[in-house]
Amino acid sequence: MTPMVKAEGVHKRFGKLEVLRGITLEVQPGQVMCILGPSGSGKTTFIRCINHLEQINSGRLWVDGELVGYRQVGDELHELPDREVARQRTRIGMVFQRFNLFGHMTALGNVVEAPIRVKKTPKDVAVRSAKELLTRVGLADKFDAYPSQLSGGQQQRVAIARALAMNPKLMLFDEPTSALDPELVGEVLDVMRTLAEIGMTMIVVTHEIGFAREAGDVAVFMDGGVVVESGAPDEVLVNPREERTKSFLSKVL
Amino acid sequence: MAAVVLAFLFYAFVVSMVTNGNFEWGVVRQYMTDPRILRGLLLTLELTASAMAIGVVLGVVLAVMRLSPNPLVSGAAWVYIWFFRGTPVLVQIIFWYYIGSLYPHVSIGIPLGPEFTQVNVQALITPFLAGMLALGLNEAAYMAEIVRAGILSVDEGQTEAANALGMSRLLTMRRIVLPQAMRVIIPPTGNETISMLKTSSLVAFIALADLLYTATIIYAANYKTIQLLIVASLWYLICTTVLSIGQYYIERHYARGTRGRQRAMQDFWLNMADLRPFAGFRRDQSGPPL
Repeated sequence: MTPMVKAEGVHKRFGKLEVLRGITLEVQPGQVMCILGPSGSGKTTFIRCINHLEQINSGRLWVDGELVGYRQVGDELHELPDREVARQRTRIGMVFQRFNLFGHMTALGNVVEAPIRVKKTPKDVAVRSAKELLTRVGLADKFDAYPSQLSGGQQQRVAIARALAMNPKLMLFDEPTSALDPELVGEVLDVMRTLAEIGMTMIVVTHEIGFAREAGDVAVFMDGGVVVESGAPDEVLVNPREERTKSFLSKVL
Repeated sequence: MAAVVLAFLFYAFVVSMVTNGNFEWGVVRQYMTDPRILRGLLLTLELTASAMAIGVVLGVVLAVMRLSPNPLVSGAAWVYIWFFRGTPVLVQIIFWYYIGSLYPHVSIGIPLGPEFTQVNVQALITPFLAGMLALGLNEAAYMAEIVRAGILSVDEGQTEAANALGMSRLLTMRRIVLPQAMRVIIPPTGNETISMLKTSSLVAFIALADLLYTATIIYAANYKTIQLLIVASLWYLICTTVLSIGQYYIERHYARGTRGRQRAMQDFWLNMADLRPFAGFRRDQSGPPL
């Protein structure tokens, strides 16, 4: 079976700073991978590389068997034209720490925008499935609300619905609950848990240890741009082998 | 106290204008609707509208070019802005007027190669077209910077979210970034339009009979200089007022989804109060500085 995501020796530099120093991992279809680690460990940069929001400096990254952002000719990589990169991204949903909802559009407008403009879905079809999605994330009464009229938790749920509207094969979550008030974290995690249960392939950068243990199939601990250890959540997060993982967890818990 | 003094001075000024027979308000009223003045007004409005249309459309294109990652594209926009902002608009008007004598014929084809079709520039460039082109191309350079500031004011997360959804650069610009940049773009664009209304009177130099030039032609014959200048000024004021009201509604439209709707309303009244003599009044209204 082709892995949904395959990373091989992924390196990323910002100027002289080497943020990723050789990431190698695989995510199988239907798996939920949670990435944990201190800030500056490169976990956010890594998932941004997966949909080519950041260009990698060396290594290879595949999503569903297709090289991300590049075309390989012989031994050389050539960056794909914008149109091809955009096409690849339609298969990958992304949820951001700061929601990034389109401020001038209603909740419904946010969700139908990409299906109508990018996928050319007929408007009535797009609106019907958008309403269904918003209902599923518990926002049936907020179709016409603008982002500024919604709480953080509601905004993040709209953002999840917006990403799902493109029917992605893979969902990336970049610290989806870090910008939320503590009492709003639960409602977003609930939606993500449901997604995991119906078999969505997910990579989640998070500090929520509880969520990682409950909903995750694989936990990855990153530090200093490398994967320190990975495995079943109950092992990595409860009985870590590595000292660095232990000391991180003792500070977080 | 200052307010009382100002109010008194204003009152005295108005009374003197009304009672002073030298103003000849009857003449002013008569010329307000003179057909020549109205034709001039129409030309001023047409010139302003078409030059602003060119300025806005080309300005958006230049702004997007300036922000392009391709150095050749952004460099070209930079050179355009550098040139058209850096030379007097009056020179540009006269230049376009005489373009026909510099390039009497322009042919479309390959330089030094075959020629497909030929255009007689001298016949093509009318004074109106010269004025419109000069004002419009000059305005584009200013609009480009206004639009660029607007684009930069939109959070980068908006572009990233759109990109992550598979939207192209152009689609992201058109559907996501520009609509949100509008809130920053509209107020200075309103300024530019009002400024254009008056700058367009420079076309007098190429003998285009706009509002102000028509007024000067009439007073050159009948010596009612002040009266006709008042006529022209009143028409400029009326147009400016209408534009300000239009600007308010456009701003309100683009304030969708923000908490700033009510603020836009306040800004409107503050702007109305920002006619120069009342600048102090505005400061008083906003309370003590923090």
